[in-house]
Amino acid sequence: MTGLVHRRLFWPTALLVALLALNIIAEPGFASVRLQDGHLFGSIIDVLRNGSPTLLVALGMTLVIATRGIDLSVGAVVAISGSIACTIIAGSPDPGSIGVVAVAILTAVAVALVLGGVNGTLVSIVGVQPIVATLILMTAGRGIAMLITEGQIISVSSPAYQVIGGGFFLLLPVSVLIAAVIFAGTALLTRKTALGMLIESVGINPEASRLAGVRSRSIMMTVYVFSAVCAAVAGLMISSNVTAADANNAGLFIELDAILAVVIGGTSLAGGRFSLIGTLLGALVIQMLTTTVYSVGIAPELTLIFKALVVVAVCLLQSPALSRRLARPRRLTPLTKEVVS
Amino acid sequence: MTTTSPLVEMRDIEIGFPGVKALDGVSFRLFPGEIHSLMGENGAGKSTLIKALTGVYGIDAGTITVLGEQTTFTGPADSQAAGISTVYQEVNLVTNLSVAENLLLGHEPRSGGRIDWSAMSSKARAILQGLNLDIDPRSTLGTHSIAVQQLVAIGRAVDLDCRVLVLDEPTSSLDADEVEELFRVMRDLRAQGVAILFVSHFLDQVYEVSDRLTVLRNGALVGEHLVSDLPKGDLIRLMIGRELDTLDALDDAVDASAPPRSTTAQPVLTVVGVGRRNTLEETDLELFEGEVVGLAGLLGSGRTELARLIYGADRSDTGDVRVSRQDRSVSHPRGALTSKIAFSSEDRKHEGIIDDLSVRDNIALAVQAGRGWMRPIPRAELDALAADYIERLNIRPPDPDALIRNLSGGNQQKVLLARWLATSPEILILDEPTRGIDIGAKTEIQKLVTTLANDGMSVVFISAELEEVLRISHRVVVMKDRRKIAEMPNRDLTVDDVLDVIAAGGVS
Repeated sequence: MTGLVHRRLFWPTALLVALLALNIIAEPGFASVRLQDGHLFGSIIDVLRNGSPTLLVALGMTLVIATRGIDLSVGAVVAISGSIACTIIAGSPDPGSIGVVAVAILTAVAVALVLGGVNGTLVSIVGVQPIVATLILMTAGRGIAMLITEGQIISVSSPAYQVIGGGFFLLLPVSVLIAAVIFAGTALLTRKTALGMLIESVGINPEASRLAGVRSRSIMMTVYVFSAVCAAVAGLMISSNVTAADANNAGLFIELDAILAVVIGGTSLAGGRFSLIGTLLGALVIQMLTTTVYSVGIAPELTLIFKALVVVAVCLLQSPALSRRLARPRRLTPLTKEVVS
Repeated sequence: MTTTSPLVEMRDIEIGFPGVKALDGVSFRLFPGEIHSLMGENGAGKSTLIKALTGVYGIDAGTITVLGEQTTFTGPADSQAAGISTVYQEVNLVTNLSVAENLLLGHEPRSGGRIDWSAMSSKARAILQGLNLDIDPRSTLGTHSIAVQQLVAIGRAVDLDCRVLVLDEPTSSLDADEVEELFRVMRDLRAQGVAILFVSHFLDQVYEVSDRLTVLRNGALVGEHLVSDLPKGDLIRLMIGRELDTLDALDDAVDASAPPRSTTAQPVLTVVGVGRRNTLEETDLELFEGEVVGLAGLLGSGRTELARLIYGADRSDTGDVRVSRQDRSVSHPRGALTSKIAFSSEDRKHEGIIDDLSVRDNIALAVQAGRGWMRPIPRAELDALAADYIERLNIRPPDPDALIRNLSGGNQQKVLLARWLATSPEILILDEPTRGIDIGAKTEIQKLVTTLANDGMSVVFISAELEEVLRISHRVVVMKDRRKIAEMPNRDLTVDDVLDVIAAGGVS
């Protein structure tokens, strides 16, 4: 098992190190971190902070993908959650009070529970294909967010709310700490309980799992709800960081970044074995790519193309088909299973 | 026929997989203009031989000669280029395309880079005419019966300039008229000089259509015979064989004819009128403590279907499955497991193993599923559980961290048995637990079943090998055409007795 994990994590780690090296060469001060006013500052810290929402969304996405599913609605959930929180805070007479902020956060998370439940119900009980089921919320979600904000960009001036995305605690940005706590919690939840094993079992062989008595419906429900909650927290971070809710643009394309992070981290889109550490590396790679584009001086128009090239390279390196072709075994994995003619 | 030289000659073919020798020095000949049946039980090596012939598997030793020329197939394309075409059991066609498109898929007539639809239509019509098949080539394939689709698949194969046609279980989903239609086409092709390799579970069909047959058993060649020289009874004997030396290892502990040690008056499981449309007619069954009940019958007789309905793997339309001790009904796998019923499916790969998980996780799966994810089995207990079963069932390699996909078939089967035994079932349903595994593992599993029954477990045992069913069952239930036709205590029953019952459709 260790051999497998090592092989899986080799390429994302190598890529991350390479990107880091590239940045340090382009900008020698990249790796330096300085202490100022009791806060840590530096490019690395920025990468961590800006990568936190992506990491959270990717975390939920990892578990969904492990069950052979996919969640396209996370971007919409990011927008809805930010819109709800900001609307509540902006509408209250005392936007700075911790009570109001707490109500806003809890409401946003509660709505995410419901949205995740809708996704989970569609997939596990109604039996809609995950990509279609979550596409519904992906499309409808931004409309819902627009309704909440009444089409406006809602800006808030609430120091208490701003802490989530912009504050510092114990030297580190609060958003990094939140992401770290949720990451650690997820790791414990999946690996110290049987959840991880059962998720993988359902993802690898749903029929065999059913015959073994696994409650696959409730497991699927759990992962979609979890994914929505992760997206909601990411939405809070993003809106807090810019002190505004933008129903149109908050979390736009974050589902794609999250899926890429999961894939780069070595979890197969076909479901089954997943690696949370891999997803962490994948999310950092995605964020580093964005940073690298600026530090190396690639034109911003080319950002997405550059990202795409790197992702293609990683996927090729991890592809079993490619390694099979390179290794060329003789048998046991017939390239063509059935031949008509 | 023997005056001509063989079209294909395979000599001393050897193919090994980890833990199993699938083919051991098998030779096989095909002459032009003959229908040649390949006979053998499950796991005899038929499909491996076919895959060697069609280039899907490489061979470890031996030679393949086509038209007097020695060849090496490195893939299915080589075999096709040599004129060998295959039609598999499940039709591999595109059902939402037209018949013509299916017939000519990949080599459509073209003009100026575009498909020449009128040429396509007429060419397809010619092929269909050659098969005496009166259907519109422009009609959608999916609107035709499976039999017609099968014939289209054959038409497609024949059109590819084929000299050898391999038909693997083509009749399994056809009704009697459709089988006749298929045989007519086969005979036509034979008259044109095509050599046909035919595989079927149905002896009557083999005798009706073939000229010659080759019998395999446990990966070895038993013999090649002209059909006219070999009575059916002798063929069955050749196929089943007597694996005396290894079976002696099953000592008196496996004295199946002895009645179960303790027979309670109350059955532990009562099945009343369980049935499902197009699957199984309403069936009754009682199961007592410490008893092995064998389900005998041919493929598709309803033996697997009955097992699945008892476990709740499929929903039954009618009837009730009751576990006496808990006095509750069973309707889905979770319920069955809580009622202490376990079911090991015949389809190890798709319904058994979780191939990317370790042996340990595979063993623990059903127990863990019963506890729910919030109550994980403590690590020490988990390790002890895995170690215990690895030792008890002699699982090789004895490594709980090994991925189950890397184990041999026999060892995968043992891991699955461990998964079910770990739930401490009172009723264990085993569907083909020994299919496709080597004789050593087979014997171990048979022994285990006997021991479990001696300890009070009730076992439903399904196997295509009647010998095996008779060896370990106390009682035999005979299934035919999706219903139970007989139930008899196993007092010195022989394979012939059971075959007679199947042939007669019941006990006379």
